[in-house]
Amino acid sequence: MNKHAAPDLSAARISGGVATDQRHDSAHKHVTGSAVYIDDMPEPAGTLHASLGLSTVAHATIVSLDLSAVRTAPGVVAVLTGDDMPGENDISPTGLHDEPVLATSKVQFHGQPIFAVIAHTRDQARRASRLGKIEYAPLPVVIDVGDLDPASDKLVTKPLTLKRGDAAAAIAAAPRRIRARARVGGQDHFYLEGQIALAIPGEDHDVTVYSSTQHPSEVQHMVAHVLGVPSHAVTIEVRRMGGGFGGKETQANQFAAIAAVAAKRLRRPVKLRPDRDDDMSATGKRHDFVIDYDVGFDDEGNILGVDFVYAARCGFSADLSGAVTDRALFHCDNTYFLPAVKAVSAPLYTNTVSNTAFRGFGGPQGVVGIERVIDEVAFATGLDPLDVRRKNFYDRMGEEKGRDVTPYHQKVEDNIIHRIVAELEESANYRRRRREIRAFNANSEVIKRGLALTPVKFGISFTATHFNQAGALVHVYTDGSVHLNHGGTEMGQGLYVKVAQVVAEEFQIDLDQVKITATTTGKVPNTSATAASSGSDLNGMAAQDAARQIKDRLIAFASQAHGVPADQILFLPNRVRIGNQEIPFSELIRQAYMGRVQLSAAGFYKTPNIHWDRDKGQGRPFYYFSYGAACAEVSIDTLTGEYMIERVDILHDTGRSLNRAIDIGQVEGAFVQGTGWLTTEELVWGAKGELRTHAPSTYKIPLASDRPKIFNVALADWSVNREKTVHRSKAVGEPPFVLGMSVLHALSDAVASVADYRICPRLDAPATPERVLMAVERMKREAAGLTS
Amino acid sequence: MAAPQIRSHIRFLLNGEEIALSDVRPDETLLDYLRLRQRLVGTKEGCAEGDCGACTVLVGRLAADGLVYETVNSCIRFLGSVEGCHVVTVEHLRGEGGGLHPVQQALVDLHGSQCGFCTPGFVMSLYALWMRNPRPDDRAIEKALQGNLCRCTGYEPIVKAARAVAANGRLEADFLVRERAAVTERLKAMRDGRRVEIGSGKDRLVIPADLDDLGRVYEAESGARIVAGSTDVGLWVTKFMRDITPVVFVGGLNELRRIAVHSDRIGIGAGVSYSEAFATLAARIPALGALIDRIGGEQVRNMGTIGGNIANGSPIGDTPPPLIALGATLTLRKGRGRRTIPLEDFFVAYGKQDRAPGEFVETVEVPLPAAGAHFAAYKITKRRDEDITATLGAFHVVVKDGRVASARIAYGGMAATPKRARAVEAAIEGRLWTMDTVEEALPAYETDFQPISDMRASAEYRMLAAKNLLKRFYLETTGTKAPIQVRRYEEA
Repeated sequence: MNKHAAPDLSAARISGGVATDQRHDSAHKHVTGSAVYIDDMPEPAGTLHASLGLSTVAHATIVSLDLSAVRTAPGVVAVLTGDDMPGENDISPTGLHDEPVLATSKVQFHGQPIFAVIAHTRDQARRASRLGKIEYAPLPVVIDVGDLDPASDKLVTKPLTLKRGDAAAAIAAAPRRIRARARVGGQDHFYLEGQIALAIPGEDHDVTVYSSTQHPSEVQHMVAHVLGVPSHAVTIEVRRMGGGFGGKETQANQFAAIAAVAAKRLRRPVKLRPDRDDDMSATGKRHDFVIDYDVGFDDEGNILGVDFVYAARCGFSADLSGAVTDRALFHCDNTYFLPAVKAVSAPLYTNTVSNTAFRGFGGPQGVVGIERVIDEVAFATGLDPLDVRRKNFYDRMGEEKGRDVTPYHQKVEDNIIHRIVAELEESANYRRRRREIRAFNANSEVIKRGLALTPVKFGISFTATHFNQAGALVHVYTDGSVHLNHGGTEMGQGLYVKVAQVVAEEFQIDLDQVKITATTTGKVPNTSATAASSGSDLNGMAAQDAARQIKDRLIAFASQAHGVPADQILFLPNRVRIGNQEIPFSELIRQAYMGRVQLSAAGFYKTPNIHWDRDKGQGRPFYYFSYGAACAEVSIDTLTGEYMIERVDILHDTGRSLNRAIDIGQVEGAFVQGTGWLTTEELVWGAKGELRTHAPSTYKIPLASDRPKIFNVALADWSVNREKTVHRSKAVGEPPFVLGMSVLHALSDAVASVADYRICPRLDAPATPERVLMAVERMKREAAGLTS
Repeated sequence: MAAPQIRSHIRFLLNGEEIALSDVRPDETLLDYLRLRQRLVGTKEGCAEGDCGACTVLVGRLAADGLVYETVNSCIRFLGSVEGCHVVTVEHLRGEGGGLHPVQQALVDLHGSQCGFCTPGFVMSLYALWMRNPRPDDRAIEKALQGNLCRCTGYEPIVKAARAVAANGRLEADFLVRERAAVTERLKAMRDGRRVEIGSGKDRLVIPADLDDLGRVYEAESGARIVAGSTDVGLWVTKFMRDITPVVFVGGLNELRRIAVHSDRIGIGAGVSYSEAFATLAARIPALGALIDRIGGEQVRNMGTIGGNIANGSPIGDTPPPLIALGATLTLRKGRGRRTIPLEDFFVAYGKQDRAPGEFVETVEVPLPAAGAHFAAYKITKRRDEDITATLGAFHVVVKDGRVASARIAYGGMAATPKRARAVEAAIEGRLWTMDTVEEALPAYETDFQPISDMRASAEYRMLAAKNLLKRFYLETTGTKAPIQVRRYEEA
């Protein structure tokens, strides 16, 4: 930060405190192209470039590996294989040793990295990496999970069972019962900045890696593990990512490890930036699921019992699949009380890239299951789906009707979904528009409209309880300016500015007095991934703790130095009142320095009141829940399956927001991303198990012209987190992603019109125009069957 | 006529600086030049295939009617092709008082960036839009942004910013507008009528001095690769690392960029970009204008040419089916000689066209639909905009006294080449133009087409949608008021 104008010493409020709309701290740099991403950093002299040689088969033993043409290609300096790892050839984040840095004897998916070539230029490295001659002996290939048996086929990690009551008995005794299957596709992260690592060797065992990662501490541990050196030798730094969305939680490990090994071996800086196709082929994605459901219900639309099996395509290794499939089960209830429930996960092994974290982390897939069940009940009973939803909601906060226990035995104590849905139903004119749409559809042969209002309840906390901790480091310099560092990473979500607001608020200084600095393992150690929507909850509290420690020292010092009781020392905007006098904050700092007060502190936070016993399937894994709802209207073309999102209204809960502008951006962005997942983003594998959609020409994320034509987004400003979170705010990263469900259900509603709303369309996701048209055709056929 | 003199370096303006370069690899991309050699790292690589727009820069060129700035994907634009142009990157932008440019200010004010990686590309696209249309409506904004992907914001704040730009500054005060005359003079001064040749042997790039010179160059070296917009050939390099040398860049030949409007037809030079053709085609054949709006993003439309779309022979090129349905003809040139053939005859088989060595596409002549004829083109894709065709149907039908007097129907994405549906045409010609006739003609599709399944669509969907497009076409000719297509905006 440059020199500032002097802070306003008479201001009534600081500029940039909490609960104010602040711009992203890097907005100016983004628009001028001066924000530095790792590939933009000046390259140290002698920097070499790496590229990966990928498997061209899905499952095989490697019979021979001939890299002679690679080694002799122009510009090539070295070639690395898995045998060249000085420590362990392993980057499995679970410790299961099921994921090599570079595959050695066996490949397990098409696109798996087998060797790395290091050359003078990136172009040379890329060209050379295509020259490997590898002989494979094929092994049996499993790509899809649709035909697998969750009970007997190979899993990558231990499954989970959630149980409350006797689901089988409840379903058997229910007046009505439906058993069917839903499928929901995966999703590529499509962060605009791809994976990248730049490793710079140091003395002794040291290496510094600039890594585009959401989890610097894990990258540090993995690099150390692969190099066979202590963690203290490895420093990971990241100022910002060009998007993460979960795709840089564990997936950055491989690139960082290879760059680091090459850098140490060659004693030169090495940069590894895979091209988009390699990135999409070789890194994990959102898990696609096959969800089998069996529901018992009554004619009034009350769900009496549900049995779910959530089978996920996990790929060849565990990665985070255990926690992802767990979270799917944690959201198989969404906002609904299930009187008797059994839900089982099946994290299935496949010969595909190992799927990983992606915004929502299995939660959205969990919601797909129960929302399909709601649709089934609504079509079977002829009730409006919104009425079925409301009828099955958990008790509202304060209401004690005994319908407040989740399938994992946590009580829902903060339920505000009734109010959110009621307000949205009103503001979106749900009832009137439903009538209008029915009338429109009756008179429109080709184009049909659909409307749906879907809710979300999302559990906040890492379900692995120990991850719910964070650290921060705050320095106050003698001029009163503040250096802020914490374990959270900035991927565009605005975490840095939010935490800086918390610190500014604590010290009562203007936001521009707080310098936000790059996340590095050298300043704050042993951090958790910036994931699970937890960034500001955890790091905001840790930074607040650090600031408060310094403040406490300042108060003690001022009290003694000025002979004023501590309770007469007040931090006012940019100044401090000490008894009867006010001095600038910077003056107090100067005095404190002269008085030899420590002006630096390490803050720490751990989320209270959470616990989880996975073996029993019981506990209180979530500190609190975030809520929201969306109402979507679509039109579909029954001749082609093409569709348009006509209007979307959203009401979302972020508690007492730290920064509404940032939060609204998260809600809008998550919604559109969630909609993309459920509509046009389709992953397609070829006959050899190769991913055929590995670039934006074939993998279609939403464009500006895909967002809703009318898009009304509001925050539930009346909401306050009942738990003591940072300034009573709530997490925002993932929950609104689930709101994209409203579009899937609106499409389903439009399809249902073809059969006069008598048949549940069972529209699977992604609902591409093809799937919509095929569902329309099925409706026509089945409706003809009903009437004949 | 003697061959022109030869110059062995390219000249162009980069932001404010005049550049003369003799070390230019024929397949070197503009993006790599900017990032690696100039360290202008504000321009990003997101996909290296012209789909995400993170690499968007402006290229100003002297068109027949003066200096025009267009957005391009620098990732698939070759450095050699900016000869005589003004390349403008995000680093060059500035506001009236030297601060943020109005476009940048609007994005900052309205929270238009989150991770920021796509942002410089959006800035450039919105800047180009502003220069062309200072008060754009949402339709124009979305069109300008079809080639820019953002994964964070959901676009809403970016569109809001686009609406707000006009409030932040005056177009007259914009730096490129003010420097227009000076830049024009500087670019004119670079034109010396010479052919540019850099490199030797096969590893060589050539920029012909004019059209005759192209004839000369290509006749002498028919194995060379002619590159106009590089929206396809660019990917051969960035994705497949194919050797495309020697390369002949034709984008600078204004003689190939001519559009000739006659009373009954339009002649389109092979170098005319989609963007250049848009206004003329949209005015005279509206269905074709609407189709062009769905080809690529704005950057691709600014670069890609209709001639290139034809010449590369792809089965999923979007312009051949409608042009075939309209009965377009193609003029091929070799040296100084020319021949003209029906466009449909150009496509012989997958990867094989009726083009002799040394021959290149010079013009396509597009007949206007006769008065009273029905003409439509429908493109079906997974994502509405900036997506590659799953199936595309073009219909040109004349109905007289309730009967089909003539029918020309062509499809893309249904066969190994763009192809006429002759069995379908035969099944409706002479028949009453009714839904019954349409229904009865549908089995003829099985005769005409055996589509494949791929990542864009299944064979089953392609066939069903293709058939249904004939139904759509019929319904639209009936003048019904009921909506027949989903539309984002009402048709003008």
